[in-house]
Amino acid sequence: MEKIYTRTKTIQEDKVSGFCPGCMHSTVIKLIGEALEEMNLVEKAACVLGIGCCGLHMDYIAYDNTTAPHGRACAVATGMKRSNPDTLVFTYQGDGDFASIGLGESISAANRGENITVIFINNGIYGMTGGQMAPTTLIGMKASTAPKGRIAGEHGYPMHMCEILNQLTAPAYLVRTSCNTPANVNKTKAAIKKAFQNQLDGKGFSMVEIVTSCPTNWGLDPLASLDFIEQKMLPEFPLGVIRDR
Amino acid sequence: MAKVEIVAERCKSCGYCIKFCPKQVLATGSKVNSKGYEYVVPVNPDACIGCAVCARMCPDGAIDVYK
Repeated sequence: MEKIYTRTKTIQEDKVSGFCPGCMHSTVIKLIGEALEEMNLVEKAACVLGIGCCGLHMDYIAYDNTTAPHGRACAVATGMKRSNPDTLVFTYQGDGDFASIGLGESISAANRGENITVIFINNGIYGMTGGQMAPTTLIGMKASTAPKGRIAGEHGYPMHMCEILNQLTAPAYLVRTSCNTPANVNKTKAAIKKAFQNQLDGKGFSMVEIVTSCPTNWGLDPLASLDFIEQKMLPEFPLGVIRDR
Repeated sequence: MAKVEIVAERCKSCGYCIKFCPKQVLATGSKVNSKGYEYVVPVNPDACIGCAVCARMCPDGAIDVYK
């Protein structure tokens, strides 16, 4: 018998990630690693991590990475890519980093059409800091800063980053995927590979928004969080390619 | 012939592999690893078809698949 699947070598052999059971940060970083290996890009890759749970990857991935000040990953990636055009530069950011504190940097980088790739993890809540409301929190969804649930009149509505960036002229590829089923995991990996290929081809700004779970701060067990994605998150954040050119 | 091997120390017992295995090969075991998780074990190993769906769903890369 031949080994047909094992963990990617882009995750350090002796490490077990610090993520909670069922957390899809681990799934996504695994998919990124598999994409880099399959495209033979591990030596060329430079990852800019955001602040929050996504920053935990710094102890865990086995390729070049740096951590940007909170929200500034797209700005840091811009500098890295412009000074080293042959490097594959991608950011890995959560919703707090990309869509809240880093909103200005994110939209500006997209508007300039920077030739970088953004992996945007949307789980509708702040994970590491204790379940505070994020820009992507659903209406009615409880958070530690919205104990009665998000109220539109008080907190506004969930932000749809793919659709917001779709208003700009420059971005090349905007797609929303999830990791809640095997089919969606495969689609996410395909989207990541396409976004990396776009950068190699010099097409400009690509973003893969991935709807994931946060079982701990949602107050659900991992399997119930899969149902929550299907029943609550995906109707608000429909999957699909928003732009591809 | 196909088989799955669980790297017990990486397993966090989230249950994604158990849910999506089409042949009900896997189940939560009774032993715990050093982190205190009741890691998954193949309870029905002969039924494995080597599709690797369990391993692709596993967030922590705790499953090796042979075929």
